[in-house]
Amino acid sequence: MKYSSQMVAKPYFIFALILLAGEILFGIIMGLQYIDGGFLFPEIPFNVARMVHTNLLIVLILFGFMGATFYLVPEESERELWSPKLAIITFWVFAAAGVATILGYLFVPYATLAELTYNELLPTMGREFLEQPTITKIGIVIVVLAFILNVGMTVIKGRKTVITVVLLTGLVGLAVFFLFAFYLPENLVLDKFFWWYVVHLWVEGVWELILGAILSFVLIKVTGVDREHIDKWLYLIIAMTLVSGIVGTGHHYFFIGTPEYWLWIGSIASAIEPLPFFLMVLYAFSMAAKRKIDHDNKMALTWAKGTAVMAFLGAGVWGFLHTLAPVNYFTHGTQLTAAHGHLAFFGAYIMILFTIISYAMPIMRGRMGGNCAKAQSVELKGFWLMVIGMLGVTLALTVAGVWQIMLQRFPDSGALSFMDTQAQLIPVYKVRLIFGLMVLVGLLTYFYSFFVKEPAKA
Amino acid sequence: MTERITKNMARNIYFGGSLFAILIFAGLTLDTVKQIPHRSNDDQITHSVANGKNLWEVNNCVGCHTIMGEGAYYAPELANVFDRRGGGDEEAFRSYMQGWMAAQPLGEPGRRKMPQFNLSEEQVNDLANFLIWTSRIDDNEWPPNIEG
Ligand code: HEC
Ligand code: HEM
Ligand code: HEM
Ligand SMILES: [Fe+2]
Repeated sequence: MKYSSQMVAKPYFIFALILLAGEILFGIIMGLQYIDGGFLFPEIPFNVARMVHTNLLIVLILFGFMGATFYLVPEESERELWSPKLAIITFWVFAAAGVATILGYLFVPYATLAELTYNELLPTMGREFLEQPTITKIGIVIVVLAFILNVGMTVIKGRKTVITVVLLTGLVGLAVFFLFAFYLPENLVLDKFFWWYVVHLWVEGVWELILGAILSFVLIKVTGVDREHIDKWLYLIIAMTLVSGIVGTGHHYFFIGTPEYWLWIGSIASAIEPLPFFLMVLYAFSMAAKRKIDHDNKMALTWAKGTAVMAFLGAGVWGFLHTLAPVNYFTHGTQLTAAHGHLAFFGAYIMILFTIISYAMPIMRGRMGGNCAKAQSVELKGFWLMVIGMLGVTLALTVAGVWQIMLQRFPDSGALSFMDTQAQLIPVYKVRLIFGLMVLVGLLTYFYSFFVKEPAKA
Repeated sequence: MTERITKNMARNIYFGGSLFAILIFAGLTLDTVKQIPHRSNDDQITHSVANGKNLWEVNNCVGCHTIMGEGAYYAPELANVFDRRGGGDEEAFRSYMQGWMAAQPLGEPGRRKMPQFNLSEEQVNDLANFLIWTSRIDDNEWPPNIEG
């Protein structure tokens, strides 16, 4: 580690990993409720478990992005962080707001939570992923602004690299699009239209810039490839991202009351969206092939390649599967959507966090060449358990989705009702649960790799 | 292929391409916002419909249900529940909703549960009116059949 202020990344990473354990636990609770509708009812109704699951997911990714930024920006800028103290304050404010919100979901009925937090003054609650009380949302904005100020000052005062500029663009975009979370019109169609400005323009827009920047940083460090090369690839990837992804928002505007032209504009633009993910695969593997150094931290490169492949599968392949309007007509809002959501989020945004954590944590713990071979071999087991587990969850949900469409959506007459269809799918949900448990075991294995003792130095 | 592209070219594609995409998207957004009132019968959003939407939100109905295909996949689609359970008759649907909301949760063991929200008669009517309004949005003939 070159600059002592990079150490502020550590609590962010650790907290993100703890939240990930909670997220997966609530996923498993829902996996059980899909099989036995009475499980934990009325203590934790399904919608509450879901809010906790998805909100933990978003918040842990934000913590991870912040940690990654605090780690790589000083090193790239060749100077200390503008204010390490502010970074620590932001951590505690964000952690406290996050924990309070999750406890609110779990222990207060949602309608009461809305009342207690004066939702009626500026209503923003009650939409998927944006369930947070308005004051939490305001808190998030303040935290993100403080964070961007801190990072921005560091970047401006230091050496500017393509990586830091792209990263900062992504972070500013993240903050700007989040502001649409405060717009909640009376008209449901308008509401849905701009809701996607947050959700889609995040995951298929500005977050991909952040993803590309973090991936590039780790690739430079572990392969020693020249920056010229890295920069060019990064520009190409984010160019394809924004060219396809912005207008690609249209793949959500097929059946929610928006005009017909979206049927073909959304289909065409989003059909190109897999391209940046495909480039990421070529990028990671060609940089690895051209590597000039053999870093002792093998796992960091494994995660980097894994991220590219899994993001391509989850976002590129599973996204393309249902992105053309005539297909989406049947798949819209089925278990196939959930299949894609899982593999895309995991492959892109969870795995990139593992990538940077796997590279940075050993260094922050004074192990400049990565963890010892034994710890890395435990970590590799965690890698495969989680990756295979998530692939299993996704494949099970894909089967469930196709079957659901065949029973419920496709027939013109004699279609089964939603509830009768779901009853038929229970065996598949059992398979999903088993693979979900495998993901949890993988995460615990990964955690264990942190505690493997280093051999005594000779 | 990437050998022939220089870093500068890549950067120009990034800036030029993004700007182009942003402009197209901004134009389409303006047009869409202009068309939405007509496609969604904005003039039929009464006080009761607006209140129903608020109740839909503060009770997090979308945490189990989809509405026009978006939300959670645990419980039935509700954008067309007016057609499915009310047969297109507003009075019949409102009284169905009163009965349905009061009866939750149903006792059948193992079946997925919908909580009891303890809403007043007027609140349930507002929710019903919101769902009736929603069912009339022009959403390009989705869903494929009545089961949602
Ligand atoms: C915890 C999950 C959950 C929440 C939250 C929830 N529901 Fe439900 N809802 C269900 C389930 C499960 C069913 C199917 C019940 C059955 O068929 O036994 C259902 C069925 C319905 C139906 C009947 C649909 C049909 O076609 O038969 C209506 C109407 C409905 N819900 C309205 C609402 C409204 C309005 C809200 C918000 C105030 C809401 N639900 C919140 C789980 C939920
Ligand atoms: C890492 C990037 C991505 C992530 C994290 C992601 C995540 C998600 C999630 C969570 C949903 C469900 C949203 C909801 O709850 O309604 C969704 C929907 C969708 N995604 Fe993605 N996605 C990504 C990339 C892509 C790409 C590249 C494509 C197309 C090629 C795509 C196509 C779609 C489509 C068509 C839907 C709508 C599904 C429906 O109609 O129900 N996604 N995505
Ligand atoms: C890191 C791993 C995980 C990630 C990134 C993740 C992500 C997500 C996302 C994005 C959604 C919203 C989906 C959508 O709207 O389409 C979701 C919902 C859900 N997840 Fe996960 N999840 C993970 C692990 C799990 C596990 C292990 C299980 C169960 C065994 C699980 C079960 C569920 C269920 C049941 C839902 C609700 C689906 C519905 O609406 O009916 N998740 N998760
Ligand atoms: Fe999208």
